[in-house]
Amino acid sequence: MPSFSKQLGWSLVLGLLLATLVGPWLLPFGPNTLHLDAVLLPPNATFWLGTDTLGRDVLSRLLAGAQTSLSVGLVAVGLATGLGVLVGWLGAMGPRWLDGLLMRVTDVVLCFPTIFLILAVLAVLEPSLLNVMIVIGLTSWMGTARLVRAELLSLRSRTFVAAASLGGVGRVRVWARHLWPHLRPTIITSACLGLAGAMLAETGLSYLGLGVQPPTASWGAMLAEGKGVLEVGWWLVLWPGLAIVLTVLGFMLLAERSDD
Amino acid sequence: MLTIVLQRLLWAVPLWLGITVLCFGVMRLAPGDPTQLMGDLDPKAHANAAMRAQAGLDDALPVQYARWLGQLMQGNFGTSLAPDGLPVADKLMEALPLTLWLNGLGLGFVLVIGLVLGRGLAQTKRAWLPPVVNFGLLVLLAMPGVWLALLLLQWLGVGLGWFPLSGLQSYGAEDWPWPSRLADMLWHLTLPLLVGVLGSLAGMVRYAEGSFAAAWRQDYVLTARAKGASPWRVQQHAQRNALLPLITLLGLSLPGLLGGSVILESLFALPGMGKLFFDAVLMRDYPVIMALLTCGAGLTLLGNLLADVAYAWADPRVRSRGVA
Repeated sequence: MPSFSKQLGWSLVLGLLLATLVGPWLLPFGPNTLHLDAVLLPPNATFWLGTDTLGRDVLSRLLAGAQTSLSVGLVAVGLATGLGVLVGWLGAMGPRWLDGLLMRVTDVVLCFPTIFLILAVLAVLEPSLLNVMIVIGLTSWMGTARLVRAELLSLRSRTFVAAASLGGVGRVRVWARHLWPHLRPTIITSACLGLAGAMLAETGLSYLGLGVQPPTASWGAMLAEGKGVLEVGWWLVLWPGLAIVLTVLGFMLLAERSDD
Repeated sequence: MLTIVLQRLLWAVPLWLGITVLCFGVMRLAPGDPTQLMGDLDPKAHANAAMRAQAGLDDALPVQYARWLGQLMQGNFGTSLAPDGLPVADKLMEALPLTLWLNGLGLGFVLVIGLVLGRGLAQTKRAWLPPVVNFGLLVLLAMPGVWLALLLLQWLGVGLGWFPLSGLQSYGAEDWPWPSRLADMLWHLTLPLLVGVLGSLAGMVRYAEGSFAAAWRQDYVLTARAKGASPWRVQQHAQRNALLPLITLLGLSLPGLLGGSVILESLFALPGMGKLFFDAVLMRDYPVIMALLTCGAGLTLLGNLLADVAYAWADPRVRSRGVA
């Protein structure tokens, strides 16, 4: 029986997935449909979560924003995890000089405040969904790289690996059968945390106006739109924020160590 | 001790070079070159060969990098592309104190609250307490800083009217005597500080909890308790070792703090490094971006350096063994 926090994490994440995939088919309004006769309505029977300053249905935009956030998170984390595993693996398994070089590079990138680096690159490139994914991915692989390297170094000196090698098992097979299964939980954990971090980063960027560009719905952009009318339209800020907290919390709970 | 300081300084040199290479590289991704940018601003100075040569842009990239690095080391960051055309160094010096104060104060609060809470959680006898508090902290961790800031702004600023919504001082505060000016400034900084502290508290508490719990399980603590030392004395024994890892954590939390100030300072309209950086990004003011990027990473490097030296100072084992 999985722990309470794991169960809660799974329900949050699966609930989000379900809502993202099924929700848009069930809703009567599109995320960008304007209802100019129903501007800034509080939650009511027609528009369950209210409407924004252009009369768009907040619930529809919330679900569309979930797609944006999830896709940014998945692509960014896929990139970061791939890069991190590659760097960590090369560091642990490659020659000494390569290890030293890669770890110094990791140290250098770690010195930068991530947001500074992301913003600087976005200042040079154009802000777009794809660029945001790539930039977040390229600035968040360092933790995974260090973890994978440390884990591999300790695994490599364990007796079962030595036994397999001495028994004439090939390098590829040692990796696939003896190292990878031990590495997998670490990688999954750091990917879950990475997803949480990437979604928070996307929120911040879109809030600053450098992430996803309008009219594409994104939770961060919805926060920014709601900020101007906070006093008359509390729901515009409340819902996207709540959506982010629940989603990020879900991924963080999945990443929790299962021993507690 | 001196050996350690020298060793760490030597270790920092390649990292510093790496930082500058990365900064230089990122800015070189930009399409076009600075003369084109200047040309856009001023039609008379439109890019031409003479100007390129004068600005040294015809030289090979490594030469350009070396020249930029040389100027950097002399504190010359060039001039801003913004209409005011001020030297970047001036802008930087103007923005730096506020960010340092804000983050320094925030870090202080996080450290104190984190240690007290963490120690309490590690040693409490109420078994239900740690899971509940930890869950609350996790929720805090999952909150985007922007959202937390907006909620607090709406509640404490707009709703209750306790704190000002933005800026650093009240209207006409320049003429006040300095004690009320200082109080006014702190009053303006309360909300941003609160958001910053809440945002980074969770990590510190969880780390401190683990650290205290680990120290509490050590044999020498058991010995101290067994021989009848007073709880206060035992606490003293355990505390010294529990505090050690936190030094490293402090060093590691620097980039996050600096990064966090981008959103905080933009939201509360505070003229610090984060705001300067964000404005520079919007205006594509490359010299300012480059300078801030280098400085941000440089400050982090310095922080890590100090943390390492402080660690060696606090832990005699590291001092005698030397740093790996």
